[in-house]
Amino acid sequence: MLYYIIRRSIAAALMLVVISIVTFFMFYAGPTDPARLTCGKNCTVSSIEANRKALGFDKPVPEQYASFAKGLFAGRDFPDDPVFQKENPDKVTHCPAPCLGYSPLETMLVTDIVKERLPVTASITLGAFAIWIVFGVGFGILAALRRGRLVDRGLVGAALVLYSFPAFFIALLMYQYLAIQWRVLPAPVYVPLFESPVLWASGLLLPWIALASLFGAAYIRLTRAYILETMGEDYLRTARAKGLSERTVVFKHTLRAALTPIVTVAGLDLGQLMAGAAITETVFNFQGLGRAVVQSVRVFDLPVIVALVIVAAFFIVVANLIVDVLYGVIDPRVRLA
Amino acid sequence: MRKDPPVTRENQTADSRTAESRKAFLEVKNLQVHFPTDDGLVKAVDGIDFTLERGQTIGIVGESGSGKSVTSLAIMGLHRRSKAKVSGQILLEGEDLTTVSDERIRALRGNQMAMVFQDPLSALHPYYTIGNQIVEAYRIHHSVSKQVAKKRAIDMLERVGIPNPNRRVDQYPHEFSGGMRQRAMIAMALVNDPKLLIADEPTTALDVTVQAQILDLMKDLQKEFGSAIIIITHDLGVVADVAEKIIVMYGGKCVEKGSVDEVFYSPQHPYTWGLLASMPRLDRVRTTRLDPIPGNPPSLINLPSGCAFNPRCAHRAEVEGDRCRTEVPELLEAKPGQSARCHINPARRDEIYARISGQKQGRSNP
Repeated sequence: MLYYIIRRSIAAALMLVVISIVTFFMFYAGPTDPARLTCGKNCTVSSIEANRKALGFDKPVPEQYASFAKGLFAGRDFPDDPVFQKENPDKVTHCPAPCLGYSPLETMLVTDIVKERLPVTASITLGAFAIWIVFGVGFGILAALRRGRLVDRGLVGAALVLYSFPAFFIALLMYQYLAIQWRVLPAPVYVPLFESPVLWASGLLLPWIALASLFGAAYIRLTRAYILETMGEDYLRTARAKGLSERTVVFKHTLRAALTPIVTVAGLDLGQLMAGAAITETVFNFQGLGRAVVQSVRVFDLPVIVALVIVAAFFIVVANLIVDVLYGVIDPRVRLA
Repeated sequence: MRKDPPVTRENQTADSRTAESRKAFLEVKNLQVHFPTDDGLVKAVDGIDFTLERGQTIGIVGESGSGKSVTSLAIMGLHRRSKAKVSGQILLEGEDLTTVSDERIRALRGNQMAMVFQDPLSALHPYYTIGNQIVEAYRIHHSVSKQVAKKRAIDMLERVGIPNPNRRVDQYPHEFSGGMRQRAMIAMALVNDPKLLIADEPTTALDVTVQAQILDLMKDLQKEFGSAIIIITHDLGVVADVAEKIIVMYGGKCVEKGSVDEVFYSPQHPYTWGLLASMPRLDRVRTTRLDPIPGNPPSLINLPSGCAFNPRCAHRAEVEGDRCRTEVPELLEAKPGQSARCHINPARRDEIYARISGQKQGRSNP
């Protein structure tokens, strides 16, 4: 089992290296001139060239990637032009490892942007995740057990309706009615958890519900489908033939097998959302990673885009790794493989 | 495949005949299992009668969809009441299983009667160890500690010939070979010393050498536990090996029944002839190809009129008029203890069978 985990971790690390190389080259070797974007409307050729040199954009792309990788593990200084550093020692910013780069547009280290915004995204995602797992899987089980009856039809129908609408529409409707018109839920606002856990939770309640209802809808259908599929398995007939009560057959034998695939889906969904729930963040005006992605793409802030893509890849690869390891724990057949 | 019947088999059959007049251990009377579906009523089992004593084995033979498995699931009470209509009587030691409460049949299931399924890989839960599954089966019916139950599980694994049971008990089904898995399945079925064991195609998923081992194991365990066995199969060789009585099913009905010797040496129904002709036999020199029965099993919603087998029967000309298509034959006694559901004159049947078996199976080698 330990060997299995180590092997998967190495594979995950290699995967991240490849992703970072591909992303970096895709953006920096592309037609966008990063230096042109660093100076505003009144640009002269000489000021662009000065910026290009100061920010290191004049160097070949592989060399730029090498300094990026060095920053990630050892930290680096900005701007990294040694001549500039010697002339203006007061204008040099040190970026400690893991350094994700420097955004000339935001005049900020990308690492700080991520540090500032990750807690917001994590708060939204983790809270919503807990809600949708409990309700999505719970209602899915209920629907499967009451298959064909009113409860089942109601749940599946509601899930379909929720799932069919675009995310921003559901979120806006909830914002408009639940928070503004009827005032049943507190207005969404981000308060850090360590400042006030109560305000943190109450301010996040609406985004949680909006995001969770969207994902929960999918999980109702997913859970229901997996359970119904498992119910046709021969080993459940064996369980009944032993004389087990229907309750044991359902809750012990059926759920154990039916919910295993849910772990995979849940892990990947969680990983994906950790890198930014762009629509939810935008609708409720939360400054999370998702909004940072949207903003940076809009203004072609290359260092931020590249860094956030790599952060997103990191979360997904890690989620994948965790799912793989969990799978080995849950399913004995995977353990030997 | 075929072995000489031991002498005791004749005695047992004779015993059971006298026993039938007393109260039998298991008595199935006019069992019908119908499934209402959107397309119509599926008469999966339509009137099956048989009796079985402890220590005796009965084989139920037929093609896929002939109602074999449905019969066994009905005895175990494993049909959902909302989906299947079970009528007739299933008397286990005088208690009618079709009318008892769910609670009662659950107490009997696994305890008094147990089942071994086809394809043990899919019939065993992939996420629990073999030991856990046997322990679970034991503890439903015996209030003992896990340790005691586990010891029992290890004993059972040893009894069914699994080497190293102390280690194997903690392994998962996928770590067992096919034959070992079926042994474990049998150990699980026998853990509560059931009086009735139903084996639904227990050897179908196994290769031939393992088949023989499993059948020998079942015979040995039957001697040891004295249980009654119903073995369901489409393999006549298996029946010949282990059973004393045989029921041939076709289209949800019993078309022929009798002792194994009678059915094998003087089969009375054209369907049985077809089954025997399509079975490879090592005790005959074969000069021609195996002879399959033409056509497909009938739809259980729209059975052919008259005899259900008539569209596939090569011997309709033996019956005068159109009776095969118009009149459902009764299950009538052809010889003492052997009955068949066929319009062909009983006096002619042996003659026809002798002719076709001589012709199809090449020159017999005495």
